[in-house]
Amino acid sequence: MKPQEHGALPSDLASNFLGPGLSWTGPLIMPIIRFLSKTFTIAGFEVRKILHDPTELIMRAVQPLLWLLVFGQVFTHSRVIPTPGLCYLDFMTPGILAQSVLFISIFYGIAIIWERDLGIIHKFLASPTPRPALVLGKALAAGVRSLAQAVIIYLLAFILGVKINWTPLALLGVVIIVILGAAFFSTFSLIIACLVKTRERFMGIGQILTMPLFFASNAIYPISMMPRWLRAIAKINPLTYEVDALRILMLAGKMPASPSRLGADFAILLTATASLILIGGKIYARAAA
Amino acid sequence: MIILETKKLTRRFGPMIAVDGLNICVKAGEVFGLLGPNGAGKSTAIKMLTTLLSPTSGTATVAGFDLIRKSSEVRRLIGYVPQVLSADGSLTGYENLLIFAKLYDLPRSEQKSRVDEALSFMGLSDAANKLVRTYSGGMIRRLEIAQSLLHRPRLLFLDEPTVGLDPLARTAVWKHIEKLRVTYGTTIFLTTHYLEEADALCNRVAVMHLGRMVALGSPAKLKASIGSDGATLNDVFAHYTGQALESGGGGYRETSRTRRTAKRLG
Repeated sequence: MKPQEHGALPSDLASNFLGPGLSWTGPLIMPIIRFLSKTFTIAGFEVRKILHDPTELIMRAVQPLLWLLVFGQVFTHSRVIPTPGLCYLDFMTPGILAQSVLFISIFYGIAIIWERDLGIIHKFLASPTPRPALVLGKALAAGVRSLAQAVIIYLLAFILGVKINWTPLALLGVVIIVILGAAFFSTFSLIIACLVKTRERFMGIGQILTMPLFFASNAIYPISMMPRWLRAIAKINPLTYEVDALRILMLAGKMPASPSRLGADFAILLTATASLILIGGKIYARAAA
Repeated sequence: MIILETKKLTRRFGPMIAVDGLNICVKAGEVFGLLGPNGAGKSTAIKMLTTLLSPTSGTATVAGFDLIRKSSEVRRLIGYVPQVLSADGSLTGYENLLIFAKLYDLPRSEQKSRVDEALSFMGLSDAANKLVRTYSGGMIRRLEIAQSLLHRPRLLFLDEPTVGLDPLARTAVWKHIEKLRVTYGTTIFLTTHYLEEADALCNRVAVMHLGRMVALGSPAKLKASIGSDGATLNDVFAHYTGQALESGGGGYRETSRTRRTAKRLG
């Protein structure tokens, strides 16, 4: 270690790396590459944390298990919820996946408040990492947690005889939608955490939000069953679009596969998530103040 | 050479003035201490200087870069160890360092060697692959300093580096800070409310009281300035602020916040 190495800034590194002839790409491409690499760094280390202690993931499998086994079985047999062309268990399985994603992600803010009460956030914010990369990294990590849930739910659904679409393209679609849904709700949670700042207030707000988000969606009953006012709420609830996309992708055969509706679901989720990431990037620094 | 200069740096929280017109100048290579009780405004000052909090008014430059307009350049040049626990307990010591090696854009080929070097510099090589939640307080502190060294900052901010450590661990941290200055020539800016710490480490000390700087000079000069033989920094503090410096007290955020409020109110 020599003191004169101090001044080496990454822009020098970038031009060395690309060679002088390619340095024109610097202003355009390097920031994007650096942004993505930092995002994946943040997400990667979050995943390492899960690997160090996977108990949480296993515990979390209990809730969807109860929904599918108890709620699902009862309502499948009683046939009170009309789900044209589908048996009720098939209908609700994508809804339960979306619910698990929601429950994992909506309390992600607790981890942010924890990291804020310690000084972890301060250290990240004092580093030359773009704020949106910090936020997106955390969001992707919530996506990875949610994928672990998805694996468990697929396994349960398979055992219970849900007719699953196993084509690779459909599975890939589910992966993307799960990550997007997790990114949306975890960033939503992060923003609330940055605003309320204490665990007690956050838990209160989290409890208030979770159930309405879940029940004002098409997760366990179709929108057509809802009274008009609830329909209006369901229409602006991102969870509805997540469930809709999952239902199209996850189930084999019966649902009318509609590429344009799937495209619309995807576009809405992507836009909503991107907007929240940008807002989160703006607001994240408040956590350290 | 001047590495840090603040001009009338001020931060208000509503009606409270946490830092009031701070003018300081830190020379490259020195250990500069900000001394004061909980609530004097030290942490607020350090948060502004590390770009975490924007000043209400006033300016500051780090190595010639404006703190506000050139914050990303400033962030590359500084290292920061917050007062509160900042290592992640659910990662290993090695991982805690590797993530910062990546975030500070160290070349991929050097990341591992720099992490190993920083760990051995801080005497943590043996514990590298243990989860940090199994570390002792002193080890965590040394790990946090190691984290902030990876990119070889020109200016290192240490906010209360030994708060809550037992005397043995405290001496070990002091030794490492001194070694750091000697080996890499890093300028160190630290805050403390321990008089022995300012005495042991700092070339110059600024005494802060209720957001204002009330005295500045080398520990020896400050002691001499009050004119009584065998004066301690405690006497200096009492002389300039009209009250004795409370010792002890934890770094617990809430405590320090309530104390800050209490100090303002009474």
